[in-house]
Amino acid sequence: MPGSVAEDLEIIDAGHGGGTGTPAGGDDDSGSSGPLHPVPRRAYFTALQLGLAAIVMFFMALASSYIVRRGLGLDWQRTPLPPVLWFNTIVLLTSSVTIAVARKKLEGGEREAFRSWWWVTTGLGLLFLAGQIIAWRQLAAAGMLLATNPSSSFFYLLTAAHGAHLAGGIFSLFYVTFRPWKRSRISQATAAELTSIYWHFMDGLWIFLLVLLTLGR
Amino acid sequence: MVTHENGGGGHGHHQAPTGFIRKYVFSIDHKVIGIQYLCLALFSVFVGMGLSLLMRLHLGWPNAHWSIFKGGLMTPEQYLALMTMHGTIMVFMVLTTAPQSGFGNYFLPIQIGAADMAFPVLNMLSFWTTMLSLLVMIAAFFVAGGAPIGGWTSYPPLSALGEMAGPGQGAGETLWIIGLAIFCGASLMGALNFITTLIDLRAKGMTLGRLPLTCWTWFVTAILGLLAFGVLLAACILLLLDRIAGTSFFVPAGLVITDQVVTWHKGGSPLLWQHLFWFFGHPEVYIAILPGMGVASHLLSTFSRKPVFGYRAMVGAICGIGFLGFCVWGHHMFISGMSPYSAFAFSILTMAIGVPSAIKTFNWLGTLWGGKIEFNCAMLFALGFVSLFVSGGLSGLFLAQPALDLYLHDGYFVVAHFHLIMGVAAIFGMFAGLYFWFPKMFGRFLNEGIGKVHFWLTFVGVYCIFMPMHYLGLAGHPRRYFDTTALEFLQKLQPVHVFISIAAFITIGAQLIFLFNFFWSLKAGKECKEENPWHATTLEWSIPSPPPFDNFGGVEPVVYHGPYEFSVPGAADDYIPQHLAPNLVKKA
Repeated sequence: MPGSVAEDLEIIDAGHGGGTGTPAGGDDDSGSSGPLHPVPRRAYFTALQLGLAAIVMFFMALASSYIVRRGLGLDWQRTPLPPVLWFNTIVLLTSSVTIAVARKKLEGGEREAFRSWWWVTTGLGLLFLAGQIIAWRQLAAAGMLLATNPSSSFFYLLTAAHGAHLAGGIFSLFYVTFRPWKRSRISQATAAELTSIYWHFMDGLWIFLLVLLTLGR
Repeated sequence: MVTHENGGGGHGHHQAPTGFIRKYVFSIDHKVIGIQYLCLALFSVFVGMGLSLLMRLHLGWPNAHWSIFKGGLMTPEQYLALMTMHGTIMVFMVLTTAPQSGFGNYFLPIQIGAADMAFPVLNMLSFWTTMLSLLVMIAAFFVAGGAPIGGWTSYPPLSALGEMAGPGQGAGETLWIIGLAIFCGASLMGALNFITTLIDLRAKGMTLGRLPLTCWTWFVTAILGLLAFGVLLAACILLLLDRIAGTSFFVPAGLVITDQVVTWHKGGSPLLWQHLFWFFGHPEVYIAILPGMGVASHLLSTFSRKPVFGYRAMVGAICGIGFLGFCVWGHHMFISGMSPYSAFAFSILTMAIGVPSAIKTFNWLGTLWGGKIEFNCAMLFALGFVSLFVSGGLSGLFLAQPALDLYLHDGYFVVAHFHLIMGVAAIFGMFAGLYFWFPKMFGRFLNEGIGKVHFWLTFVGVYCIFMPMHYLGLAGHPRRYFDTTALEFLQKLQPVHVFISIAAFITIGAQLIFLFNFFWSLKAGKECKEENPWHATTLEWSIPSPPPFDNFGGVEPVVYHGPYEFSVPGAADDYIPQHLAPNLVKKA
């Protein structure tokens, strides 16, 4: 019977949506938003999780290609990892700490401190990207170019793909800083939380890629 | 100029934009975006059909001179370009966009009682990104060398080598890959929006168990899209790098192409592309067909005035088909030299899809059994869907067996199989949906008389086109062959090609009847003054036709019933709308 299936299926849906009442009018649902209708705060988190799932699939496709390609042929040459990568890794890990501190400050209502820590995170993110470019230049100077051999191809590809996604995170950090929140459908606190989840995820993704590149090169 | 006001609760009343650009071009209204997607698909389907018409012209009469071709005859490269672009445009711009992004965009929010998609601006962005991808792909026709000739699967190494592999493999192929990568982005945005909307924006009382089956199929299709398109995007990037940056992901060493030794690539694997492509490609088949299943279930129930037989089993089957879709990509690669053990596993998993498919088919028959069936155009197309799904699906069980596939692979049997199940069945699902929802979308009915002519010509036509292709395949006719006259055993099959071509021309002609019906009915069709002309149960029939900008006028609907409460014992009417409060249900 339609209707009775709900009990079983609602388990998958725990904590979400339909049938549990009108969507809670959270901080995100108030304020003027033009012709956009308000959506519950949790929708942003659902969307973020889905976006991360899609990103995982994208990187898994690249990672499995890496593993498969490595097992083929005799043309795979070891790509030395530029030492600057370790510095970059420390920068990125630190930025995950600073973004967490920034969010704590925002929760505690210390807006000035929040802004400072948020800027520190943004700066560390930019520093990481700059460091990655230096790594590319060092590798290129050592004669390892994109098409030199499959190992270096994957090195450039994976770092570029991660860098592009991280750049999206930096855009998001700027967005949280500069967006006029009074006219927005989403509150600054929510945007900051979403950004920090994404940022931590990019951090974890980098560690995964670094392990892959270290073991696989 | 945009004016607005906004309530603070779950459903604020918000006014429609008034300027032409914001209302019809860069609209954030899911209904307008749905119609935009449908228009894009309508344009694309006629382009795709035009390409197939040219192919059939050649296949039916290979030596006849036609003034449309330079020198009167088609060249092999032109034939391959037509075939490639026919497949690409039909799969991506028609089968992926219309049933999901078109109808799904329009009706998913309304059927779950939401005012719009969760992220309307993202929704607009995904449409215009899709449009960009279509333009990039169409541009491939007009660059030096013309459109790509690698088929819609674009297998390397030939797709990775550039112009030396054929004229269309130059700039045309590059545009094709870029167009496809853009399409991946658009589809990911769309999928994310669909899933979020369904999870978080359902109206009060709209539990998962009360979702119409159409919503279930849009939901599962969106999940497939979310997980599959990222993989295709990765594959496109690797292929593009092989072409333009000289990497060797897919190109092996020692290739000799048109007397030229390829020295700048080594060690890559074309099979790697096949794995990545089909990991996306098989779920893509279900992306095309699942929404059709939803529409068929919805209509069979509505027009036989009976609840869907086995609603829970139907939901389980939809999810089962979606899940299994990710486990069977290897069956496209049986002849690639894969280990027989892998082939065995893929084969068993593939045949397992027969179980949820059979559950659906028998439940459709169970729904019809003993019902008061109304044979209007929408219902005819839904029944046609079931027929085509069964006819196309059964041949899948043959192809799922490696021993048989060894012979049938890359032959016309496969062409017959996927056209029936993925192409035509999905299109019948769209027609069923269009005849059913047209009055809701445009406030007028499509003409039933013309519609029936359209249905019967199309229904008989597609069987006449694709049934004989099974025989061609069994006789050993390879697919994608330009020249059917050079080999003796193919010459004897030529009358079948003539028959198929004539059937194709008649069927394509029948689509002009549909086109006439569509535009004529928009202007002069019978007006639909009621909210609920079909006496259906779901929420879209509780609001005016066409619906206002914010769907429910700022009031959130409350849902009290399952989606298919037809002929409920003790009720006066033979249907109970989902939003009707229990105390308002009239007793018999």
